[in-house]
Amino acid sequence: MITEKKLLRATLAFAAIGVGSLALAAGEAHLEKANNDVANITSLQRGARNFVNYCYGCHSAQYVRFNRVEADLGLNDDQITKNLMFTGERPTDKMQNAMAAADAQRWFGRDPPDLSLIARSRGTDYIYTFLKSFYLDPLRPTGMNNTVLPSVAMPNVLWELQGLQRKVEEGKADSEGEVDRHFTGFELATKGKLSPEEYDGFVRDTVNFLDYIGEPMQLERRSIGMGVMVFLLVFFGLTYFLKKEYWKEVK
Amino acid sequence: MNPAQQSNTQPDFMERKNSRLASFLAWIDARFPLTKMWKEQWGDYYAPKNFNFWYYFGSLAIFVLALQIITGIFLTMNYKPSADQAFASVEYIMRDVDWGWLIRYLHSTGASAFFIVVYLHMFRGMMYGSYKNPRELIWIFGMLIYLCLMAEAFFGYLLPWGNMSYWGAQVITSLFGAIPYVGNALLEWIRGDYYISDVTLNRFFALHVVALPLALIFLVVAHLLALHEVGSNNPDGVEIKKLKNAAGHPVDGIPSHPYYTVKDLMGVAFFLIIFCAVVFFAPTLGGYFLEHANFDPANRLVTPEEIAPVWYFTPYYAILRAVPNKLLGVALMGIAVLVFAFLPWLDRGKVKSIRYRGWTFKISLFAFVISFICLGYLGMHKPTPQTIVAAQIFTTIYFLFFLAMPFYTPNEKTKPVPERVTYHDH
Repeated sequence: MITEKKLLRATLAFAAIGVGSLALAAGEAHLEKANNDVANITSLQRGARNFVNYCYGCHSAQYVRFNRVEADLGLNDDQITKNLMFTGERPTDKMQNAMAAADAQRWFGRDPPDLSLIARSRGTDYIYTFLKSFYLDPLRPTGMNNTVLPSVAMPNVLWELQGLQRKVEEGKADSEGEVDRHFTGFELATKGKLSPEEYDGFVRDTVNFLDYIGEPMQLERRSIGMGVMVFLLVFFGLTYFLKKEYWKEVK
Repeated sequence: MNPAQQSNTQPDFMERKNSRLASFLAWIDARFPLTKMWKEQWGDYYAPKNFNFWYYFGSLAIFVLALQIITGIFLTMNYKPSADQAFASVEYIMRDVDWGWLIRYLHSTGASAFFIVVYLHMFRGMMYGSYKNPRELIWIFGMLIYLCLMAEAFFGYLLPWGNMSYWGAQVITSLFGAIPYVGNALLEWIRGDYYISDVTLNRFFALHVVALPLALIFLVVAHLLALHEVGSNNPDGVEIKKLKNAAGHPVDGIPSHPYYTVKDLMGVAFFLIIFCAVVFFAPTLGGYFLEHANFDPANRLVTPEEIAPVWYFTPYYAILRAVPNKLLGVALMGIAVLVFAFLPWLDRGKVKSIRYRGWTFKISLFAFVISFICLGYLGMHKPTPQTIVAAQIFTTIYFLFFLAMPFYTPNEKTKPVPERVTYHDH
């Protein structure tokens, strides 16, 4: 006999199988895990330094206020004035960089995107992998290309730290002489100031800062959330027993 | 004051307070039917005692509607409905407005929660035959609520002015262009421009915050008035009004207050646990409740990699894409939404509840739900030739469920329906 519970369970199981098998058909591009931690304040401080030194020249973070970063990262006015603000900004200002849009168009062919929400729109793994995937390509105007975002307008501003990478590809010619190349990894053509491990850490800190500015209240959100959950569990308990008490009479 | 004195004065004080309240209420009741309305609509409204899990979603839908209206009011206090400022004003709410992030996440999560609750509420109606005689109008009002809710969600989705908002609105409004002869004129009339622009944003804002909430509230009132007039169905599909006790109340009914007041309160508490887990720990829900591409501002020159509506519209979007002809696709999509309203007349079965219906209906409902969920999945992802075929198969099943209903329901082999509801007290 088919009861409604059995039928419901079967429906859910079949739907899961259906969606699961449809999901298998789709593939995802491989991205390295950023493994950053927005609760790590020192990492965020290093990330803020990296951001203003290497990104902020071209990219703005127009929704982010300096004094919000100051408060959240445990800094003071003096520290942010000396280390984060180089073009006469005030602590209450937002991170509007000084590059004119017309210059950007002339130099790069497009406006560098604002980075306030880049971690939310692209994901931290994407940015982490992107910043590690520049390679030498003489066909590009900047001499650089990127496997994550091919034909990217941005040059590798971190090349001094990372060094210069060459793309390694494998592939053999098939019967018609067409070579099917596939990308296997990078090799360092010129060494940078940082070791590969140090460079990974540098990128991770930078991504961590971008993750933080994407949603500056995320730590607060989670900690308030814990309190809310505790309250709701107690509240649910009370309503459960209240209901039970009243429904005793229902026969 | 010593305890003896206290015990002497306390009842007297309470009595006087109560009598003052009672006389105030009498004053009101002589001028406005407050007590009468309360009794008719809830206090003395006898509902079947055997409501199960599926009967929480009606009160939850009202709860979410209230939540959306309240959070919406606070959002409009800082939101700017202009193409230049909309995106920035949302970020202003998220970063600079006190508790703005919470209000925004409650509202954005509330939108998805509304659809989850309403879809489960509709599924309940289909399982237990709640649309059948004499509840056809309740069902029709419900379908109008669903239609308004879809419009409300669609208009609201443009307001953050993200790139997915922009292109989603561009694609959905362009569907009207498929209508022969008047299509293009209609398209311009809806957008107020040749493309989605500041003008469109302003009118969508007006519709989202004034017109549709008003329509929704009106329809919810009509839905509830009709329900409380006819009386609720229940998991057994038994009409409880047939058997009444000496006092004239249904023997299998209990007054909504206090029994369903406390039960629905428990339901709200449980719902809030899940809802707040999303709001506080996964407000984007991996891109399903807030899409990643919507964190890029609207850009008329750059389309997102993949334009897909939010999850609650994807079953219909998959139906649209499954049909090679645009006009036919649009027509089928519209019919797929509207066809629910005809259920009371398509279903010729004599028994209401799935508990006593024949296997044909059970299998059909089962196939329909699977198709709906799979279409929802397909609508979220880029179509490939294989998934298009899958969507076509599921679309066929979706429509067969409704259109073949007059043929598979009249002669189904039913089980005997009991005289009274089945209820096991715990």
